[in-house]
Amino acid sequence: MSHTPAALETGTGLDNRKLLMWLFLASECLLFGSLIGAYLLYRGQSVVGPYPEDLFDIPFTSVSAFVLLMSSVTMVLALAAIQRGDQRGLRIWLLSTALLGLLFLSGQAFEFTEFNHEGLSLSSNLFGTTFFVLTGFHGAHVTVGVLILLSLLVMAWRGRLTQSQSLNIELAGLYWHFVDVVWIVIFTLIYLIQP
Amino acid sequence: MVGALRRLRQEGESYQGVWSWLTTVDHKRIGIMYGVTAFLFFLMGGIEALLLRIQLSSPNNAVLDPDQYNRIFTMHGTTMIFLVVMPLSAAFFNLLIPLMIGARDVAFPRLNAFSFWVFLGGGLFMNASFFTGGNILKGELGAPDAGWFGYAPLSLQSAGTGIDFWAFGLLILGVASMASGFNFIVTIFNMRAPGMTLLRMPLFVWMTLVTSFLIIFAMPIITVALFQLLFDRLYGANFFNFEAGGQPLLWQHMFWLFGHPEVYILILPAMGIVSEVLPTFSRKPLFGYPFVVISGLAIAFMSWGVWAHHMYTTGLGPIANSAFGVSTILIAVPTGIKIFNWLATLWGGAISLKTPLFFAVGFISMFVIGGLTGVIHSIVPSDYQQQDTYFVVAHLHQVLLGGAMFGLFAGIYYWFPKFTGRLLHEGWGQLHFWLMFIGFNITFQPMMILGLLGMPRRIYSYPEGAGWEWWNAVATVGALLIGVSILVFMFNVVLSLRRNDQAGPDPWDGRTLEWAIPSPPPAYNFREIPTVRARDDFWHQKYEEDETGRPVPIVGGGAQEPEEEEHAEGEGHGIHMPSPSFFPLIAAIGLPIIATGLIYDAAIVAVGVAVLVVGIYGWALEPASE
Repeated sequence: MSHTPAALETGTGLDNRKLLMWLFLASECLLFGSLIGAYLLYRGQSVVGPYPEDLFDIPFTSVSAFVLLMSSVTMVLALAAIQRGDQRGLRIWLLSTALLGLLFLSGQAFEFTEFNHEGLSLSSNLFGTTFFVLTGFHGAHVTVGVLILLSLLVMAWRGRLTQSQSLNIELAGLYWHFVDVVWIVIFTLIYLIQP
Repeated sequence: MVGALRRLRQEGESYQGVWSWLTTVDHKRIGIMYGVTAFLFFLMGGIEALLLRIQLSSPNNAVLDPDQYNRIFTMHGTTMIFLVVMPLSAAFFNLLIPLMIGARDVAFPRLNAFSFWVFLGGGLFMNASFFTGGNILKGELGAPDAGWFGYAPLSLQSAGTGIDFWAFGLLILGVASMASGFNFIVTIFNMRAPGMTLLRMPLFVWMTLVTSFLIIFAMPIITVALFQLLFDRLYGANFFNFEAGGQPLLWQHMFWLFGHPEVYILILPAMGIVSEVLPTFSRKPLFGYPFVVISGLAIAFMSWGVWAHHMYTTGLGPIANSAFGVSTILIAVPTGIKIFNWLATLWGGAISLKTPLFFAVGFISMFVIGGLTGVIHSIVPSDYQQQDTYFVVAHLHQVLLGGAMFGLFAGIYYWFPKFTGRLLHEGWGQLHFWLMFIGFNITFQPMMILGLLGMPRRIYSYPEGAGWEWWNAVATVGALLIGVSILVFMFNVVLSLRRNDQAGPDPWDGRTLEWAIPSPPPAYNFREIPTVRARDDFWHQKYEEDETGRPVPIVGGGAQEPEEEEHAEGEGHGIHMPSPSFFPLIAAIGLPIIATGLIYDAAIVAVGVAVLVVGIYGWALEPASE
């Protein structure tokens, strides 16, 4: 988010910060890969309940997954807005993305609470352990994303994000889309495909 | 507060003394801080090693009790790997990469400072665990006690907070390593001088690139494993809880899936250093450059498929064991290719027998023994016999101390004059080498024998009459000799800095770009960004070949120095360099505070998060350079 001068000529042709973001996301793949791997390894191994089939509310989670997917659309619109110099559009779409992210997070909070009422906790069984740690890490990533979006929104409001600084929005977008894609993987492997 | 700090920073260029170091974003200063800090941790890990050796010098010894012994060997291993060899390699990345590729700094100077401060904080945090066991003066230590690999369920059952400090410490150190991994990949890909194509890069730059990739892909795995361990310990999760259906063996898979690439994270930088030292002191180009590069890449790829050779005896079954045995044997092939290329570099060279070359050749000879014992371990039935014996201890020290540390010392002797402007004294340097080389062999070859005699690792004592007395006594003498050699090295550094034996820009008749600029290099490194026309470009500026292929000096070649010296004063003020910053340091301080809070009290977490947020926002909002 700093105001470095426009990218000098680089070896790859990519801005330094963009290359950094790609590498970071590549590294994040292994983080989520390990967490998902642990979930799959322990799937169906819980000695006591509650089990996934007792708890999962697929229609509800589908809606919140849809909300997160839509936030990727608004993120794209925010980038398009700043690239054509449309400050008002930038603010609207940044705000919508952040709000959709918050909506997803409240859905997750609701889901966690519901599951908890049904007796699922971090220590109740292997399902609780792996489910909360995996989705919790993802939720933490979404939270960081929302904070980044809100920070950018404040900057945009104070007129500190000009057309030439669209890279800031692009980088936030890369991160946001990545977190989105991870959710699609989690939603498919954990919620939809039940053995 | 942020505003006040920014005002402070505006006078930044005039910081003096300590403040200039706390705010520095200069890769050379950060490299020096990395090196000095890692060396202090090396002394600490060394003292721990000597305590272990003194305890084992005779049967039924009682210098350390079993509990202290466990804590000290755990901290010895953890320190030497994460606080010594990795950061010493990082010191060389920092010092050399921008110079070798012809750049003025790394891609993200503040991120680089952040890496260092996080490393320092993580190292201090982990060592603070010593004080958590009660009264340290009465020998009540609180350090972790489950070995450097912290196997579950042992690490779950360990009482006290030692393991928590260990796990959070490694998480913090992981942040430092990953940040510097990202930074150096971007730097190497994006900031090379014109003409510095990938296949003209010095071997050390290649090995830094490969190591950085290993770091950014291996660290997330140990990060997840450590979080799983901490969730189990602190919040009652079940990842490794057998009663709830969890599998403690998962920890071993996760740990070694990280741990084997980690082995190459430790050794590849040293291989890169040796690949720079040998050509300079043989006055020949590196033999088979593309093969050495590709071997490094091959080692990195294959390192992902060998982790279960640490786990043959856990009952994975004959098919898994055989597959990992084969892959482990195969990884010896690219390693062997490198060794033959190093030997061929020496072959027929005009050898200049200086201290760096002693250490480089010491590296090759010790690493060959280490590598061959590794091949012995890859054979499954043979490994069954050696598992958890001193044979393994001997093997791993053969590659990490005999290999990595000898390589790193070669680098210290080679590049010390570049960054201090002073040559290290040759006589004392060679004394250091011989003491360390002889001490090393007296320490670890007996351990091979002890291992084959059946002496297990991680025992705090042994009974009389087991037949292990003599070789244990010998190994302790060797360890003390290594200790003496390190004192000689420290004496040499102090002496050489005082002696004022000016090195000049190019004391070794070097081949790579860092020797083209003054010693120590100015803040901006290169007055003009060089244009690179060949591999070993600086050598080709100095020499051309006659018809028989012998190098002939070019009159006035490479001699941009004298004229640069003339108007060195007042030069470089027009060069735009990144500004110093407090924020990386502030952000870094947040992490150990958060970790402390997670162990003791949630209120402290809030403080740590606040510090971290101030650091990150200050960092993000301040301009990178003015």
